[in-house]
Amino acid sequence: MSRIADAFARLRAERRTGLVTYSTIGDPDLPRSAEILRALDRAGADVLEVGVPFSDPLADGPVIQRATERALAAGGSLRSALATIADLRPQIAAPIVVFSYANPLLRMGIAEFARQAAAAGVDGVLALDLPIEEAADFREALAARAIDTIFLLSPTTTDARIRRAAALGSGFLYGISRLGVTGARDRVASGADAMARRIRAHTSLPIALGFGVSRPEHVAEIGGFADAAVVGSALVSVIATESGSAHLIPRVEEYVRWLKGAGRTDAAERADGRPVRV
Amino acid sequence: MPPVISRRDPDARGYFGEFGGRYVPETLVHAVEELERSYFAVRDDEAFHAELDRLLKHYVGRPTPVYEAARLTAAFGGARIFLKREDLTHTGAHKINNALGQALLAVRMGKRRIVAETGAGQHGVATATACALLGLECHVYMGAEDMGRQALNVFRMRLLGAEVCRVDAGSRTLKDAINEAMRDWVTNVGDTYYLLGSVLGPHPYPLMVREFQAVIGREARAQFLELAAVLPTAVVACVGGGSNAIGIFDAFIDDRAVRLVGVEAGGDEIARGRHAARFAGGSAGVLQGTRTFVLQDEDGNIELTHSISAGLDYAAVGPEHAWLRALGRAEYAYVTDEDALQAFQQLARLEGILPALESAHAIAYAGRLARELGSSAALLVNLSGRGDKDVHTVEKHLGRQ
Repeated sequence: MSRIADAFARLRAERRTGLVTYSTIGDPDLPRSAEILRALDRAGADVLEVGVPFSDPLADGPVIQRATERALAAGGSLRSALATIADLRPQIAAPIVVFSYANPLLRMGIAEFARQAAAAGVDGVLALDLPIEEAADFREALAARAIDTIFLLSPTTTDARIRRAAALGSGFLYGISRLGVTGARDRVASGADAMARRIRAHTSLPIALGFGVSRPEHVAEIGGFADAAVVGSALVSVIATESGSAHLIPRVEEYVRWLKGAGRTDAAERADGRPVRV
Repeated sequence: MPPVISRRDPDARGYFGEFGGRYVPETLVHAVEELERSYFAVRDDEAFHAELDRLLKHYVGRPTPVYEAARLTAAFGGARIFLKREDLTHTGAHKINNALGQALLAVRMGKRRIVAETGAGQHGVATATACALLGLECHVYMGAEDMGRQALNVFRMRLLGAEVCRVDAGSRTLKDAINEAMRDWVTNVGDTYYLLGSVLGPHPYPLMVREFQAVIGREARAQFLELAAVLPTAVVACVGGGSNAIGIFDAFIDDRAVRLVGVEAGGDEIARGRHAARFAGGSAGVLQGTRTFVLQDEDGNIELTHSISAGLDYAAVGPEHAWLRALGRAEYAYVTDEDALQAFQQLARLEGILPALESAHAIAYAGRLARELGSSAALLVNLSGRGDKDVHTVEKHLGRQ
């Protein structure tokens, strides 16, 4: 069983809502972005998404765009992400997912990337602008190295595409609960529930829901219908705010512990009065 | 008359050979699929084409003439030079052909809010014009750097009722404006149509924009035959994204003896960050939805570009150009800022025509080709736009010399 599948199986067995974190490699600089990953793991993040900065992050909102600029200026890249992951892998319990735009991966070459990712101990890869139709070779190269390919699903994804993503993807499915670019919101989108149920109707793969998560209540709410919540922009904002201070690492750890605090399934059960899943 | 349908369509996934495709985040897949269905529904629709043709004739002023530039020919001292006068269209550049086609499609799709990107401002002006004509809401994203060098077009767009949205990200030019327009589209996909201005982006844009621009070549081929009684030795056009070039090349693809020459922006020189000649300094990669030739570094990040011409200042080229080059059917060269400025002045003084700085690249290269091929040859050059918008830029550069 892959480290990702294992993590979600444990979450289900323990009836906990998982927390998937996103941070960008190189933000605010390479050594501290590595320290941040260790802090996220200590704080109990269930999956770590390691963002590869790209010059043209067209699916991202302003917060992650700024992080990307800081990271690029500090030397963040696919190569530095893989080197960092290789260093950290023995010290980190959580599964690690490389989260990248397609071009850095294609520039390295799919086969070479799969080889280096496997050597570094990468557990999964999400290529943001490599939709199902373009991902066949990519998925095959990763699967041959026992690395999960994670697909994104959005509120406009048809049922037919959900089935294809579920058939081709492994590890988990990443649902975006609202349209638009990344960014923290005050509350979880009203359609998140319906979307998770729609995905669930087609697959037993774990579901992580993202876009907009910033508070423990959001995690709890998402726990009512999905396996895990993804926190991205809100975490990146904490990193941005604290990057000039000596407290960056403890603040990040504290923030994630706070988010995790509400990640109990009892909150979810309260929401609809029955166990979340069989 | 049924519309002319090109036989050189990309495959079902939008690939021209190994270039093209649809590299978009999942949030955009539904939107591009809806666009594809809607476009293919109107592609063979006679009522749609009748309406577009009516506007092209009575509103845009098509057909635009092909004009033999005798004094320029004499100055170049070689092949006869013929100019396809897209600069004479309403709004002053070929961009209006595509903007009207897509705006009519948006109306068909029931989308009343239009977003667009612009580099030189010509596509933004064309889109703002089409939106004014059809009563659509218009938002044009434009890099801050481009807003500075194309201030006249910014004002024109505002006069036409469009909102010009300043983009301060990245290099603050066309590439960043496209990122921002796509972000808007992703966020407002229900009521919003993204009116992309070149043969770029995810399928079906490269195909659709080519088809709306193919009118240039259809007219020019017939006009040239009438004037010269033979086909041109070569067809020359500048290539940013490459829509005016594809538009004029398309009718000549099967005329194997006709050379098709695309001219990229050589900027200051072919060195990292100093030019926008993708075929001189680029390699295959994915940018903004399509796999094509891009200027990128070893990590796959897109490099900064430079050209005196905002419309050519872009890191990727349309995927069909990459394919035509791979097939050996089209060839690509580049011209520096300095040579383009020189051609700009030559055309002004010898023919009384101020070309857009983009088009001046094609003129400059045509001069080289004319001397090389000699007086038995004849060149058809796409004069894709007029140069009023560039007068300040040219003044600034000439003042410096």
